[in-house]
Amino acid sequence: MSMIEVKGLVKSFGDLEVLKGIDQNVDEGEVLCIVGPSGSGKSTMLRCINRLEEPTGGEIYIDGELITDKNIDRIRTKMGMVFQQFNLFPHMSVLDNLTCGPVNVKKEDKAAAEEKAMKLLARVGLAEKADQFPRNLSGGQQQRVAIARALAMDPEVMLFDEPTSALDPEMVGEVLDVMKSLAKEGMTMVVVTHEMGFAKEVADKVIFMDGGYIVEQGTPEDVLSNPQMDRTKDFLSKVLV
Amino acid sequence: MGVYLKGFLIACKGIPTTVWVSIVAIVLGAALGLLLALCSQTKSKALRVIAKVYVDVVRGTPMLVQALIMAYGVPQLLQSSGTDFKWPNLVIPAVIVCGLNSAAYLSEVIRSGIQAVDKGQMEAARSLGMSRGMAMRLIIIPQAIRIILPAFANEFVTLIKETSVLGYVGVVEILRRGQLWNASSFETFPAYIGVALAYMLLTIPLSKAINGYERKRAKKEAAA
Repeated sequence: MSMIEVKGLVKSFGDLEVLKGIDQNVDEGEVLCIVGPSGSGKSTMLRCINRLEEPTGGEIYIDGELITDKNIDRIRTKMGMVFQQFNLFPHMSVLDNLTCGPVNVKKEDKAAAEEKAMKLLARVGLAEKADQFPRNLSGGQQQRVAIARALAMDPEVMLFDEPTSALDPEMVGEVLDVMKSLAKEGMTMVVVTHEMGFAKEVADKVIFMDGGYIVEQGTPEDVLSNPQMDRTKDFLSKVLV
Repeated sequence: MGVYLKGFLIACKGIPTTVWVSIVAIVLGAALGLLLALCSQTKSKALRVIAKVYVDVVRGTPMLVQALIMAYGVPQLLQSSGTDFKWPNLVIPAVIVCGLNSAAYLSEVIRSGIQAVDKGQMEAARSLGMSRGMAMRLIIIPQAIRIILPAFANEFVTLIKETSVLGYVGVVEILRRGQLWNASSFETFPAYIGVALAYMLLTIPLSKAINGYERKRAKKEAAA
């Protein structure tokens, strides 16, 4: 069974139709990378999956369960989300950023949640920053904390919305490394990205979106090295230069 | 010089009343103001309209008029409908009016504070599975409070000065003390200078503290 099933997803903002009918499955343990030009609808598709944008039409199933307004809070606990702008909570220490979800939403024991948080921080290489506040961290460090915060909820799926686009170039690598190790461990991931190298190396499947449609999809070799559609070739010729 | 000192000391006797009326009113105003701010941002149109009308009515009328309605108008209305309602102490309607009044102003302050918190904060909180209410309580409001603290304190300074109208509904606060002494001594100028100084004793240290806090915060943010 697919971990994520998207059926006939349509999203409009007023008169502007951003997604024009998307069908896509993501299997358990699969890494799906979504590439495409700005305004192609790729971020909107990702945000519809955890309902930060309410779909105009279509259905989305997570682990076989249809997402509705009623069950979204519970289903969101299964989906970690990583944002372009990190969105760490600035009034909380790094450690509290990691524990506030598990403690308040999943009612986990505070001490146990802190122990788990410290392990996650060690995993992203930031254990010594536990007591710092986000403003004292570099962008790359903040994004690694944001990934750890999402992982603290023990999600079954991780969603990444252009996680390296707001970073200085020298910090992109450290974030991608964390994501690669996650993928290796079998995490189901949907990644909206402009990092073609990452997509080639890590993705099981790549979809190229443009104008609210999926133009082309397949293995990274199929889509990124040997594209069939002119629109895909045109886009790749511009970004890979 | 002695007569000025006396005027000042007499006005100062009103300070406790002015201070506690102001404190109770600001607490009342903050609670109701938060409620109004949340109402103005709900999906429910009815709640939004109620909040808007409330704010417009309160901001569109002088506090003295509101105080007269509450202290004298409301009891008369209730008495004419057959009850024997009477305020046990005129400080009570005074505090209520000050609280209702500052709620209208604070709701705008709180609303702007909530809106000043980055939109991504709500999204990050919701994506962890928090309900809207929990996200407000744990993530948005704590950040909004830091943003609005100076404006909130300024509203408190304004409120302290505004309570001077309460003398007209029988509350013996700073201004009323001065007026009463003036009526018996005819030392008009010293009496009102004393009143002014007594207000300044409250408002100027407060304003200085707000400025100090803002400077400290600006420095901290510049360092980040």
